[in-house]
Amino acid sequence: MAVDTRRKTTNTIALGLSIVATVVGLFFLAAILVTLVVQGFSALSPRLLTENTPPPNVDGGGLLNAIFGSVAMTLIAIVVATPVGILAGTYLTEYARGSKVAEVAKFINDVLLSAPSIIIGLFVYTILVMPFGHFSAWSGAAALGLIALPVINRTTQDMLGLVPNALREAAAALGTPRWKTMTHVIYRAARAGILTGVLLAVARITGETAPLLFTALNNQFFSADLGGPMANLPYVIYQFATSADPNWQRIAWGAALLITLTILAINIIARALAGGKQQS
Amino acid sequence: MAVTTGETFDSSDGASGNQARRVVVQDRIFYYLTLASAVFVVVMLIGVMVSLVVGAWPALEKFGPSFIWTQRWSPVKEIFGALSPIYGTIITSVIAMIIGIPVSFGIAIFLTEICPDAIRRPIGVAIELLAGIPSIIYGLWGFFYLAPFMAAHIQGVWKFSLFGWNFALSLGGIPLIGGLFANSASGLNLFTAAVILAIMVLPFITSITRDVFQTVPTLLRESAYGMGMTTWEVVRHIVIPYCRVGLVGGIMLGLGRALGETMAVTFVIGNSHAISASLFAPATTISATIANEFSEATTGVYTSSLILLGLVLSIITFAVLGLAKWLLVRGDIK
Amino acid sequence: MDMLNSTAETRAAAAAASQTGMPVEQPIKLEVKDVHFFYANGYEALKGINLQLRDKTVTAFIGPSGCGKSTLLRILNRIYDLYPGQRVTGQVLLDGRDILGKNEDLNRLRSRIGMVFQKPTPFPMSIYENIAFGIRLYEKIPKSEMDGRVEAALRKAALWDEAKDKINQSGLGLSGGQQQRLCIARAIAVKPSVLLLDEPASALDPISTAKVEELIEELASDYCIAIVTHNMQQAARASQYTAFMYLGELIEFNRTDNIFTAPANKRTQDYVTGRFG
Repeated sequence: MAVDTRRKTTNTIALGLSIVATVVGLFFLAAILVTLVVQGFSALSPRLLTENTPPPNVDGGGLLNAIFGSVAMTLIAIVVATPVGILAGTYLTEYARGSKVAEVAKFINDVLLSAPSIIIGLFVYTILVMPFGHFSAWSGAAALGLIALPVINRTTQDMLGLVPNALREAAAALGTPRWKTMTHVIYRAARAGILTGVLLAVARITGETAPLLFTALNNQFFSADLGGPMANLPYVIYQFATSADPNWQRIAWGAALLITLTILAINIIARALAGGKQQS
Repeated sequence: MAVTTGETFDSSDGASGNQARRVVVQDRIFYYLTLASAVFVVVMLIGVMVSLVVGAWPALEKFGPSFIWTQRWSPVKEIFGALSPIYGTIITSVIAMIIGIPVSFGIAIFLTEICPDAIRRPIGVAIELLAGIPSIIYGLWGFFYLAPFMAAHIQGVWKFSLFGWNFALSLGGIPLIGGLFANSASGLNLFTAAVILAIMVLPFITSITRDVFQTVPTLLRESAYGMGMTTWEVVRHIVIPYCRVGLVGGIMLGLGRALGETMAVTFVIGNSHAISASLFAPATTISATIANEFSEATTGVYTSSLILLGLVLSIITFAVLGLAKWLLVRGDIK
Repeated sequence: MDMLNSTAETRAAAAAASQTGMPVEQPIKLEVKDVHFFYANGYEALKGINLQLRDKTVTAFIGPSGCGKSTLLRILNRIYDLYPGQRVTGQVLLDGRDILGKNEDLNRLRSRIGMVFQKPTPFPMSIYENIAFGIRLYEKIPKSEMDGRVEAALRKAALWDEAKDKINQSGLGLSGGQQQRLCIARAIAVKPSVLLLDEPASALDPISTAKVEELIEELASDYCIAIVTHNMQQAARASQYTAFMYLGELIEFNRTDNIFTAPANKRTQDYVTGRFG
């Protein structure tokens, strides 16, 4: 009897602790989101989108140049990383399926996927910044693209693997050339999943700071010159938040809120896509 | 030859021959495009390692392996040692794991064993959202909220009254372990960084733990419950041992992430190359050092030392990640 | 084993048949000569198969699971080529030409020999596109003509009435039986002369199965059809010739009537009377 109650008590305590753990986890999520909204809200105004980053100890200003820079570099990164990632994933699942080479290549991709982003930044610095002697948006985009690439590669592999073999055979039985089977039938079948992968890659590189530190650096002015340093939201946060200028700090929170809202929106869209796919 | 009616099959006419050749070419091109892309990924990783070695070479030449255990970090004298950053990286990650693993397991157990179906998905999604928040946001939050909190309540002096007596307790006053809690005013220190890291790795370890828990065959679970085991006993004696390999893999994945984390740590670690026994002293990690000092590195040796730090970090993280992947594959989780 | 394959005999048989009321022998469309099939691990799944598929005739392949009937079917359109390591020896003659050669244009071959699989496999496109896709692989025709071809294929597959109002909606929105008829329509839209059906109704409910079987009987007057089935009533009803296979060998190949009423081989008899398999 005593043993029974002891076991029951242990069970209750253990499960109670697991509930506490969940509450703790959710608490931190809420704390961070609430802080973001509270602090960032005061920075939200049309000015944020129309004015450039201000010099220190001056009132006003916005994030126009930083938003432009972030969007531009993210766009370039995704435009390049998406086809390469999808094609790489295609090779690994369609052509080299099961081979030793494919296993190694997948492993290497996963290592790259989890690599610290600062190391990617260092790498791009050595090949795209040092030889040219200056920072540039191109190198920033390259660093971001290198972070997005393995993500897209991996999700493409997973999604293509879910397409039933019968579909490939049916297309082949019709006499469809292999490449057409891929582009018109298989990609279409895995369309929602691959798109989700791309969206998740975008979410991943939004807000990445470390790789930009040594590649695009920052620019206090608006610049559309991709060959020079370019403003971006994460760096602005980094620089402004740790300063003593309250106006700068306010703008930093605004940037943080913008970034987080973007990522949340992308996650919601990605989930909706993935959910919709399951219904078809 | 049999007499046939209807269409005869003959693919030897010129037109279809041309089309066939074109299709072969198209298929070839597509194949090589995919191959090139896959090779590109591998080349990138090799490129990362090679470029790090090349960039770190001057520092390697100058300091040799003593770089690892030298604490001295002097940009002025151009003498650099990685001991402090390495110490900081390892200690923050280890503490982050100590805090994070039980919490992650707790969340995973909650979600898989006792959470009501209706709220399971929303809570799971919420935890995953933690993973999506970029590290700079964590850094920001840590800098403005967690650090002051730590300074005020954990490191400071607790004043309270009990039964009419006034007490003023400080963890730093406790004999023996007090040294661990020696005061630092700002809250920007190793421990704060470790807490932030713990929150950041939570969703990763939770997610993998959940996946791993779900590989336990239902039949096994049911027979355990059928023997009258409580939920906790099933988890402790059946689920966790069954998933052991995958669990360790998940932990290592979280560790790999913590080791390489930059921005969140940079904001709150205090950025000091001194090594102190206190967990609450400012410190630095490899990635924080690189992030903070790269733009100030004016000389070749300085830059090269920072890159050498990066090389050390990449070796550590790639080893941990490689091990994690291998364990996860062995535990049947991809 | 009965072998009726020379012109003179064909004409004589036809003459005799028209007098006695027996069915006319159609000319041979596809001939399988001493075919062996090996999986990548070296396992020999087909051990020396010889048979003939006649035009405008339905030939059924029957036998217990694992006997190699689907394997044989999949050789006829060389779909096994998708899997490196699998190989075939022997000959398969389509209108007298061996199609097993290395230089064979597989895409063109598969436009002449169509296949429908066990599970319906509509492409992730609209119903219209499912059918147009195959046609476009081989012909450039204006939209008005394409519309006509799509409609013709759907009518032939007995799907037009049910599909015409949702022709631009996804093929995946159809029921299982409808999807399978869509796959049949897709296969015949490219105007093949041979149709290979691999247990086409096994994944369908009884009503859809009946519809598909009806369809096959109608198609039989225009195509050379080979159908793999584990349903013996289906084989008996729908086919003119039957091949009984067992453990990778062709045990008996004859007119369906003979196989089911007077089989020459004891194992055939045991199988068709349900004693095993």
